[in-house]
Amino acid sequence: MSIHKTTVATTNTSNPLSLFSRFHVQSVSGLIGGALIIFWLVMAVIGPMVAPYGANDFVSYDVFGPMSKDYLMGTDYLGRDIFSRVLNGTPYTIGVALAATVAACTAGVVSGLVAAASAGWVDAVISRAQDALISIPSKMFALIMVASFGSSVPLLIIMAAIAYMPGSFRIARALAVNVMTLDYVQVARLRGESMAYIIFKEVLPNMFRPVLTDFGLRFVFIVLLLSSMSFLGLGVQPPDADWGSLVRENISGLGAGAPAVIAPAVAIASLTIGVNLLIDSIGNKSAHH
Amino acid sequence: MNQTISRLIINRIGLGLLTLLIVSLVIFMITNLLPGDAAQELLGQSATPETLAALRSQLGLDLPIYTRYIQWLGGLLVGDAGYSMVNGMSIMELIWSRLPNTLSLAAFATLVSVPVALSIGIFSAMYRGSWFDRYSNMLAVFAVSVPEFLIATIAVLIFAVKLGWLSALSHIESANTFGEMLKVYAMPVLTLCSVLVAQMARMTRAAVIDQLSSPYVEMALLKGASPIRIVLLHVLPNALGPIANAIALSLSYLLGGVIIVESIFNYPGIATLMLNAVSTRDMPLVQGCAMLFCFGYLILVLMADICEIVSNPRLRK
Repeated sequence: MSIHKTTVATTNTSNPLSLFSRFHVQSVSGLIGGALIIFWLVMAVIGPMVAPYGANDFVSYDVFGPMSKDYLMGTDYLGRDIFSRVLNGTPYTIGVALAATVAACTAGVVSGLVAAASAGWVDAVISRAQDALISIPSKMFALIMVASFGSSVPLLIIMAAIAYMPGSFRIARALAVNVMTLDYVQVARLRGESMAYIIFKEVLPNMFRPVLTDFGLRFVFIVLLLSSMSFLGLGVQPPDADWGSLVRENISGLGAGAPAVIAPAVAIASLTIGVNLLIDSIGNKSAHH
Repeated sequence: MNQTISRLIINRIGLGLLTLLIVSLVIFMITNLLPGDAAQELLGQSATPETLAALRSQLGLDLPIYTRYIQWLGGLLVGDAGYSMVNGMSIMELIWSRLPNTLSLAAFATLVSVPVALSIGIFSAMYRGSWFDRYSNMLAVFAVSVPEFLIATIAVLIFAVKLGWLSALSHIESANTFGEMLKVYAMPVLTLCSVLVAQMARMTRAAVIDQLSSPYVEMALLKGASPIRIVLLHVLPNALGPIANAIALSLSYLLGGVIIVESIFNYPGIATLMLNAVSTRDMPLVQGCAMLFCFGYLILVLMADICEIVSNPRLRK
């Protein structure tokens, strides 16, 4: 029992910074990834406030202008400052994706734990339903949902959450089934603890790291899906714009090689690559241990 | 092939059919969840209750939803997916007119990506930790973590804008000679391949590394066999199952990838047909295209699973 107590103690620390020290992020690529993520998370909160111009201000007569001191990422097809528009799009790209990822992982992990803990027909029914959902490619599911309900921010969150829940479910269930067979869970069962106690106090803390890695991967998938939908004109609707919408509305500047097309796409890439770098360095470290 | 394997495969196909049925139910339910119906949309504001009722019964919308689902499913089974709400054309005809374009795009992407990915995967597994392995791994992380439209826009910027070799749009009707065809397909195929190659190469590398650590490879090494001989004659036959599995799973990415690629290059395929249907809310066409995509996806996943079953040595007796 003492072993079990110490694992719970180390995984339940509430200080968010201890997350990094716990995973011993020492590699350079991991640090770069972490820095990129922190930068964009901060920008998701303060981005619209620190933007040099308003998102809808026409600041220049020069459409598809080059990068300059005044306009860091050039100007767009209407002469608006792209840097300010990227910063104003941050809450949409990151906020919507983060909300959807939290919803997908919570639903996936909870249903995975319930399936693993109850076994039998409950497990069979949940697993079958999740298998059917995973058989619809995510972009296809997104198109069907938007065709049926129209595009809005709440729908995008729900859609992405449903599309990426089954993957999270599979991983959580597989992990939980393993943990369930360990001695201390058997002991807790014999003690007569409730299912909620076993799930949240015994099993969940011990699948924390793989679930967190999965959360990061799923966030990348969802950012890519939502950006693609916006790029197709089926995601965040004008006058609001996320980074995918910015690429779409400036695509006519591609022939002139305008930074207005490339900058928002590079912003997406820096976010998703950052998350992948951090996950990779965590994965490598855990493989060494 | 023995009985265990054929039984497993038949079970797997049965499971696939069941999943397809559930998928069709999910697609039909989602597309019919909103109260507004096709008749209302067709007639618009000026509809009188009488004409609305008449059109509803003509379209079969007055029937209960489960009857409509069974009718729709029965239609699909005999190759009748109904009619487009926008132009009244048969959905099967619309799909058939576009399907060859999408399939040829997918075929080109497969033909290019499989040999490239296998070579990269096998090479980086043989020389694990070398600069080639590290750089190809870095490129693979890049390719799978950036949106397809970034790769496509970079390709357009380089090959169409800076170098002027290719046109940014696909003019498929002008592809008569081999050279012209190469020009039309180069950028869409390049974009699709970047992700395909990355996924396939990573999975191939893992499969080969898995085999390289087994005792028979050590034996071959002690015998004095050359690395090329070990990989080609000893490892590859044993890694064939996992590699085929990796190829089939990676190819299922194509079904999502073509949506973006066809849209960027304005390529007249199934994905652009479906995108148009989504923006005009032509629900019967959305349903038809979605079923086709899900069918293709399930076939690829099924093939991946069958490769795994057939290649499992424990089942060979």
